[in-house]
This record gives sequence, structure tokens and C-alpha cells, in this order.
Amino acid sequence: MIAALKALFGRGEAAAVAVPADAPVRQLALVIDLNVCVGCHACVTSCKEWNTGGAAGPLFDDNPYGANPTGTFFNRVQTYEAGVFPNTETIHFPKSCLHCEDPPCVPVCPTGASYKRKSDGIVLVDYDKCIGCKYCAWACPYGAREIDEARQVMTKCTLCVDRIEDATLSAEDRKPACVKACPTGARLFGDVKDPDSEVSRAIRERGGYSLMPEWQTRPANQYLPRRITAVAGSPKHADERDEANPRAPVAGAGADPASIAPRR
Amino acid sequence: MNPAFSVVVFTTAAGAGQGLVVALAIALLTGVPMAPSFVRAGLLVAIVLLVVGLASSFLHLGRPLRAWRAAAMWRTSWLSREVIVLPAFIALIALWWLSAREPGSPPARLALPIAAIAGAALLWYCTAMIYACLRFIEEWAQPLTVVNFILLGLSSGSVLASALAALAGENRALALAAPLALVVTLIAWVSRTAAWRRNADLRHRSTLQSATGIASARLAQTSMGMSAGSFNTREFFHRASAVALRRIKGIAIVFAFALPALLVAGVIVGALPALACVAALIVQAPGLIADRWLFFAQAKHPQNLYYQVVS
Repeated sequence: MIAALKALFGRGEAAAVAVPADAPVRQLALVIDLNVCVGCHACVTSCKEWNTGGAAGPLFDDNPYGANPTGTFFNRVQTYEAGVFPNTETIHFPKSCLHCEDPPCVPVCPTGASYKRKSDGIVLVDYDKCIGCKYCAWACPYGAREIDEARQVMTKCTLCVDRIEDATLSAEDRKPACVKACPTGARLFGDVKDPDSEVSRAIRERGGYSLMPEWQTRPANQYLPRRITAVAGSPKHADERDEANPRAPVAGAGADPASIAPRR
Repeated sequence: MNPAFSVVVFTTAAGAGQGLVVALAIALLTGVPMAPSFVRAGLLVAIVLLVVGLASSFLHLGRPLRAWRAAAMWRTSWLSREVIVLPAFIALIALWWLSAREPGSPPARLALPIAAIAGAALLWYCTAMIYACLRFIEEWAQPLTVVNFILLGLSSGSVLASALAALAGENRALALAAPLALVVTLIAWVSRTAAWRRNADLRHRSTLQSATGIASARLAQTSMGMSAGSFNTREFFHRASAVALRRIKGIAIVFAFALPALLVAGVIVGALPALACVAALIVQAPGLIADRWLFFAQAKHPQNLYYQVVS
């Protein structure tokens, strides 16, 4: 199987990147579709809800009903505005641990509490070994780690390890809580090393990209860029036209339910 | 970064202790005659500074009782290496202190001072590499980080050695320590200025565009995703104004470099009494704290790109 995967990777861009010998054969990850994220924060709250009661919790909440509530979250949804008015675009941008294939947070940990799991590439923290020195958070360019102020150990997204492996759950439920909660299907979950997986196909076909590629952390999580979506009654955008006949009218533009429905 | 006072105190105090050990070792190796009681007193001061530093570093930990675990990952982590080297260095200096009781003992005159210089250098290297190895904190990821940790430790340690020699009336030791303090302090000033200049001209590789992958030339955050801050906003932003930063830099220049150099120079040329070295020590301490605070505050973490706007 390893040889088969290597052969498959040999064809792609991954061949240019030196893959360490002990690199995981599987790499579970999220693919975030910025094209359909509506910024509802359902992934944030479901993540908090699951993880505060799961193996990673309880997650600290300080003053939750007061004027300045703060606490530990594994996932945040941010909002950005691109362009100049009136041609602006609002982009909702979920951000959690990217489970880098070369995670800079892991080698700096003095106790070995931070580790990348060999079996599936998930970057995890052993809370019983963590001394709360925060060095791993300094070593993460993405700000993906948050110390739990009550327990004084470093915490981060676990890809819901206590869900995805729970045999008592139905196969449909063995997914991270954020993925299950997303109402628009903006979060895909799977093995990015399996070229036939939904996430690999999405990355390949939709131009999936990494955050801060300049630091060569090789994030496993990828983001799918925004696409211009046709508005009812208007001609479709250039890159969605029939390439063989660019001037041909687009059949059913704006009325095509496939263009707005979740892809799954 | 938001400077953690425990780390500022730790690196400054331990650095001065290491510098003092090196100054004493150089004096012994160059055959400067010193009373054994003076050498032992100096080593004791160094041990106290190193232990204060070690204790202060514990205050930075969320779980100090688990600190022993930090020695585990020395193969990959500079922090782990420092955690091993620091207690080993303290033990080495304690051994030297014990064997320095008899003035003629050969290990206290040759082997232990040489080992102490090597140990101090190794500890400075480990401490500095904790910061210099983080490639995306570009203010730190440069050779001057290591150079300045060593030079500032040597400067403070030799000023401290001069002050102790002046207090103990050890004129021969003072004749070595004071010029050493002057020269190293001036070199440290130049080297620190070079680091400031370099960092002022730094163009960070990460941008909001590379952080989000959104190619638009005009891109602004409208919400960081929470209203009242998080670990990310508390740990990585110092919240001091540009004016405050300039003032702290001024304090660092005047108190850590200019005034101590002036006072020690005055002692060397005979314009000031030897006890002016004690004054140099007293003015340099807050300057070094200010400089180390600035070292942390000036480092811009790329994660800050994601935490610009509250709404």
C-alpha cells in the first residue's frame, strides 16, 4: 500500500517535496470551503460543546455571561473584507489547527507532550505531560494553540479524536463536531494522503491551498478559494463558461440548483 | 510578543551570573592574584543569580511541579537542552565554590574555570537558540540574537565583577574586570544597535494575504472571531504604545550601556573612586531589564496577522 501511495504521489506535485521516511501513511485533515462558509459560527460552538465534555475538556470559560467573556476554543471563525468599495467581498474564514505535516510546534516541546500521531498524522497534546510553558504556541505561526487558563495546559484542535474512532457511534457520526455542525457543508474531513478521498478530490479539483506556505510547515488542512457565483438573470462568470464555446449562453444560469446546493 | 516578566528576569539574572563566572575564570586563568574568599564570594553571588533565574523560570510554567519532564526532549528542543544545562552549570559552579576553599588546589585554578567558561557559553547558546530557532519570528531568527545574549551577559557579569572587586578592595581583580566591563559593554551596545537597525528594516515574509490565501491587494480583517480577547491576544500583543517603546529603548541605551560604560571608564582613568563600579551595577540592572523586555516586545509573531480587529 505504501508503494502504491508513493507511486501515486510520484505523479503529483508532492514528488517535489521530500517526504520523511517516518511520515504518516494516513493524514487526516479538514478542507475548508471558503466559497460556502457563511460565518455562522456553528462549527465554533459545536466544537466547544463537544470538546468541553469530551476527552479534551473541560475547556475553560471565564466570565461567560459577563462583559468580557473569554475562554479556550479550538476553532474560530474570522471575517475579512477584500477589495475596494463598492467592489468588496466578505470572506468568512474558519481557523483551527492545520495539523501540519512538518509541525514546528512538536520538536520544540521540552517534555514530548506535543506529538504528531503516527497512525493518522493528527497533532495532539498529552495533557498529563504538558508543563504549560507555552513554547509550542510561540512556535506555531498560525496561533492555533490556546492555553487553558484553568488547567494550565496547552490545548488545540484534536480533530475530535474521541469521535472519529468511537465505534459506538454510527459511521455517519464519526466525524469532527465542526464538520457535523456546518449547515453549508463548508467543512470536509478525510485522509488527504488517499488520492480518492473526498478531501483529496476537493483539493485537486478546486485549487486547495495552504496558509503561510512561506514557512514550509506543510499544513494538512487546506482551504478552497472563493469562486464567483452566478447571480440569477446575469451571465455566468468567465471561468464557468463552456470553454469550447465561450460565447455560448450558459444553460439555466442562476436557476441551476447544483450551483448552490452543498456538494455532498 | 507580550514579554513575560518571569522570562525577562530569568534570562537577565542568569546571564549576569554566567558573565560573573566567566570574568572570575578569566582572572584566575590569567594569573590575577585574588583572595580565595573573594573568589568564593563571587561564585556564591553567581550561584544566587542562577538560582534566582531558575526559580523565576518556574514562575513561567503553568504546571511547575511537572518541570522535571522538560529534560526529556533534548534531541529536538533547545528549551529542553537549556533545562539540562542550567542545573548542570549551577552544579559545576557549586563544585568550583567547594574546591576553591584551598587556594592552591589545581582543579580550582585550571580545570574548573575552563569548564565554567565552556558551560557558560553552552548555556548562553541554548538560551539564545530557544528564540533564534523560531524561523518565523524574524526579529529573533538571526545570529545577532545569540551574539547579544552572550555580550549582554558578559557585560553585566563583568560590571558585577568590577563592583564586587571594588567592594572587596581587590585592586588587581578590578584592574582586569573594569577594562573588560568597559570593552564588552561598548561592543554589546554596538551589537544591540545593529540588531535594532536590522529589525527596524525588516520586511516580514508573512502578510495578511499569505496568512489567508486571499489574493486581493486590499484585504482587511473585520472580525477576529471573538469580542473579548483570547490567549492569542494576551500572549502575543504587548499593548505598549510606540512612544512607550521608544522611551524603554532610551532607558535601555542610557542605563544598560552609556552610564555603566561612563562610570567604569571614570574608574579606569582614575577620575572616579573604585566604588563607582557599584553605581554602574545599580544603574545597569534596570537598563538590562528594559533591554530584555524590548527584545520580547519587538518580536512580531505572524499569528498577530489573524488578530487585528475586534467585533
